[in-house]
Order: sequence, then C-alpha cells, then structure tokens
Amino acid sequence: MTRRIHWFTFASPSRFYWLSGKLLPWLWASAAVLTAIGLYIGFFVAPTDATQGESYRIIFIHVPAAWLSMIVYVAMAFWAAMGWMLNARMASMMARALAPTGALFTFIALWTGAFWGKPTWGAWWVWDARLTSELILLFLYLGYIALVEAIDDVRRADKAGALVAIVGAINVPIIYFSVRWWNTLHQGATISMTAAPKMASIMLTAMLLMTFAFWAYAFAVVFVRARAIVLEREADTAWVQEMWLQGKEAAR
Amino acid sequence: MRDLFLAVLVRDLTLAARRRIEALLPIVFFVVAISLFPLGVGPEPEKLRQIAPGIVWVCALLAAMLSLTHLYAADHADGSLEQLLLTGESAVVVAFAKAAGHWLVSGLPLVLCAPLIGLLFDMHGDALVALTLSLLLGTPTLSLLGSVGSALTLGLRSAGMLIILLVLPLSIPALVFGTGAVAAIDAGMSAQAHYSILGALLIFTALTAPPATAAALRISVE
Repeated sequence: MTRRIHWFTFASPSRFYWLSGKLLPWLWASAAVLTAIGLYIGFFVAPTDATQGESYRIIFIHVPAAWLSMIVYVAMAFWAAMGWMLNARMASMMARALAPTGALFTFIALWTGAFWGKPTWGAWWVWDARLTSELILLFLYLGYIALVEAIDDVRRADKAGALVAIVGAINVPIIYFSVRWWNTLHQGATISMTAAPKMASIMLTAMLLMTFAFWAYAFAVVFVRARAIVLEREADTAWVQEMWLQGKEAAR
Repeated sequence: MRDLFLAVLVRDLTLAARRRIEALLPIVFFVVAISLFPLGVGPEPEKLRQIAPGIVWVCALLAAMLSLTHLYAADHADGSLEQLLLTGESAVVVAFAKAAGHWLVSGLPLVLCAPLIGLLFDMHGDALVALTLSLLLGTPTLSLLGSVGSALTLGLRSAGMLIILLVLPLSIPALVFGTGAVAAIDAGMSAQAHYSILGALLIFTALTAPPATAAALRISVE
C-alpha cells in the first residue's frame, strides 16, 4: 500500500492555499476544454429537435446551471455547518466563497430558462413550481450573502451565515412542495417538465460534458475566491508574510 | 421553565402596555397598507373579493416583519438581553416567550381585525371564517420564524431590510396554505387539509425556531 494521504491537512488555510494553487491551472484548463467540446457538440453536432427546433439548444447551459445551483447550495450549507460546529476556519471560508457562484448559477438558470420559455411556451416566465422554487433559491442565496456582508465581525458573520444556510436547507423541500401544491391548486398542470421525451444520446453527451465543464469552472472560481479570502484573513500570519516577501524579492 | 416563560412574557406585555401607540403601529400599518390595494387595482368588487385573501396575508406578513425588527433590539441596546442570557436559564424558553409576546401584541390584533378587512373587500361568511382561522394558525408561525431573523440581525445597520430578505422566503409555505384555505372554501371544497398543514407548520416551527433563535442570540451577543 502507498502511504495514506491525510485529507484533514487541507483544513489548514496554508495547506489549502498550496493545494488549490497546484490544482487551479488544471481546473481552468479542463473547464475551457470541456466547454469548447460541449458547446461544439451541442451547437453543431447534435441534431435539431423535432418539436422545439433550434431553441432547445439552450438546454446545454440551462440544465447544468440549474443542477449546479442546487448542489452548490447544499455544499455551501454543508461547509458553513462544518465551520460552525468544528470551528474549522477553512470550511467557513469555503462557504463564503461558494455563495456568489451559487447565486450566479441560479441566475443563469433563470435567465436561460426565460430564453427557452419564450419560444416554447410563449412566455418569458410562468409561475410553475420549479421556476418559482428556483427563484426562491436565488432569494435564499441573496439573503445569505446580504447577511454575511452586513456583519463586520468575521466570526459572527460566519456563524450567522451558517445558521441561515442550514435553516434555508431545511426549508427548501418544504418550500418546494408547498409551491408545487399552490401551483396545481391555482391553474392545474399546464406544463409538465418531468415527463420530458427521451433524449438523443448525442444531446445527453453534450449536456454531460457541459455539466463537467460547469463543475470545473465552479471549483476553479470558488478556489480563486477562497484563496483571496484566505489571504485577507490570514494576512498577519507568518506564512502569508513570508510568501509576500518572497514575491517582492522575485519581482525585484 | 414555566416561571421563566411567564416572567419574560409578562415583562414584554407590560412594556407593550406602557408604549401603547408603538404597540398599535403594526395594526395601523396593516390596515393602511391593505386599503392602498383597492386604490391601486380598481374598485370592482368581483376582482377585490378574489384577491382579498392574498392581500390580507401579504400585508400581515409585512406587518409582522416590520414589527420584528424591534423584538430584541431594545433589550440588546439596554443590556437586558445579555443579562437574560447570562442568568443560565434556558435561552430557548426566553426565545419562545419573546415570540409568544410578539404574537400576542402584534399578531393577534391582525387576526381579530381580519374579518372587518374581509368585509371591506366584500367577502362572504364562510370565506371570512376561513381567512380568520388561517391567520390564527399562520401568524404565530410568522412570529416564530421572524424571531430567528430578528436575533440574527441584532445590532446591524440595515436590520429591517435584512429580516425581510431572510424571513420572507421561509414564510412562503404559510402564505401558500393560508390563502389556499380561503381559495378552497371559495371553490366549495373543505379547507380541512389546509388547516392541518398550517397546524403542522406551526408545530414544526414551534419546535425548531426557538432553538435556532437561541443559537442566533448567542452568536449575536457573544
């Protein structure tokens, strides 16, 4: 057996900074390559949809963004909770770094959804259960970001943000089901997005490639943001000072 | 535990009784905000009757949120909140008592006022009962949820706006089933299911919100 890697070592900001620095070029590169291939297949190789024509092609951005928007929220709540319970600094910083990316994906999902809705449903927006709960997810992100930014004390901001993220995570299913019921109550099932027709495998390939591209992008951009937060918060520590001095010397 | 609950509750009620005008502000806001809607959407009775439950519920939500800004702020400012937390008594009970006090002072008047508001909108008997009952079950949920937001935003510059941003998404289920009860009655169905779910939401919130509020208070006061 090879020697075991101690994963907890990366809970230390300096180790995380080192590891993420090594990973970043790879993440950016794979995000770029996967996006290029995914978009090429999606826009040029995949056939035109029988019923929706060319407009369906937004799916290659819309669906991965919607998936990521939900996964990032769960990840954010998880890291925030870890940071609160275990007093792990790095976990709290990760949660802070994840929030803007999650909000961005939610916004992209809503925006591309509107572009898709106009040609297929004839409306930019319908108060469908999924659309409404995605909008509410955006509000939850905004609430988290606003609260965390409003508190000057970093430790208090992290803990308060963790509480909000956890409460939000518990409420997401309740909100989803209530909105679903509200929707069926008011107008009946007009659009069923769950009963989608079977997808051609080439379309699925493009969509999965785009999903991996979005994952790589999410990791890369979250790492960049987390590294900035690490430097900001650890500015007084020896390793940051040392790195800064080295950087200065190298520049000379 | 009961003594602590009653002590905090009686204290809050006494404070509210000493500042009567301040305690009446939420209900005044509620009535004024509601009466703006007919001016905005037009006086057709048919349309107004249809949107009345939604208007009443949304205004009740906003009135609750606006009054929640001050739930802990005054106690925080004069230091009594810190003393309460330092006594070693359960902060959960304190949070529960504060939420109960808030509901009695600013939630219950809204419920009692709702039938009169419904008459302004030409609602008929059964729908009025449904509206009042749904508010009776739903407004305590709002007070409990809001107290979490109030505790989290303690001492922050833009606390009022933040509470609204944090708590409104969480109160959507109460809104949906509260207005749904009236809609069910209007459609000639039973509102039993809506009441049950509102009750379930209330029980769930009563069990989870006070501990969350207590945690938030400790975070904010620390």
